[in-house]
Amino acid sequence: MHVPVLKQGDYLIASVQSVLSDADLLELRDDLAERVGRFRSRGVIIDVTVLDVIDSFATRTLRAVAHMLKLRGAETVIVGIQPDVAFAMVQLGLTLEGVGTALDLEEGLAYLNRVTKKTLQHGK
Amino acid sequence: MENNELRVAIGSAADIVTARQRGRALAMEMGFDGSDLTLIATAISEVARNIVIHAKQGIILLGPVNHGSRRGIQIVARDEGPGIKDVAKAMQYGYSTKSGLGVGLPGAKWLMDEFDIASSVGKGTVVTMKKWLH
Repeated sequence: MHVPVLKQGDYLIASVQSVLSDADLLELRDDLAERVGRFRSRGVIIDVTVLDVIDSFATRTLRAVAHMLKLRGAETVIVGIQPDVAFAMVQLGLTLEGVGTALDLEEGLAYLNRVTKKTLQHGK
Repeated sequence: MENNELRVAIGSAADIVTARQRGRALAMEMGFDGSDLTLIATAISEVARNIVIHAKQGIILLGPVNHGSRRGIQIVARDEGPGIKDVAKAMQYGYSTKSGLGVGLPGAKWLMDEFDIASSVGKGTVVTMKKWLH
């Protein structure tokens, strides 16, 4: 299922609405890479609250999205990983190394405010 | 495995989602809860993806299994793909011949209580895994 992406100021918010197939994940990746350029976004939140499974492919794709967007000049934060999903990911030995994570949308916004502000200051 | 098993044909990446949803639903019916449901669904996702990547097509069989007084769910992933030359190597974490992370099979083993793999080159691969109710 297609993932809607909302523009909120300098940020993009992608809210996953239902289970994601491999193709949906790849579409989201390409969609975000394009929109970050179009809207000159500085940060992206990917909300995965509804996902009941984050397997090795999903983890790899989310990591790839975050690294691609970083190369496009935007920070990514993944929010809403459920406790059971986190447990399964740990059991699988999967990490989101180098990718920002936060509890929920609110914390995700706070995270982006923090890291994008820091980037701006470094740029001076 | 008993006769009341579910059979999910795997022929594309979209079938991976179907397989794990059916598996989760069956596990829930059988009395599994919370984190076990997620572990079972994730393990199914990994073995189903293994079929798609390496064999293109195959089947996932889901059903209840009993051993003495123990009850559990059994998941069999079967394909007639190229088979695995070195099973021990394929079960090493991080080892991958194709585009995968090399996490799928060893990961699925960690998620389940029992895991068995039989493969012969040119004939295919059968992965059998179980999780017991406790």
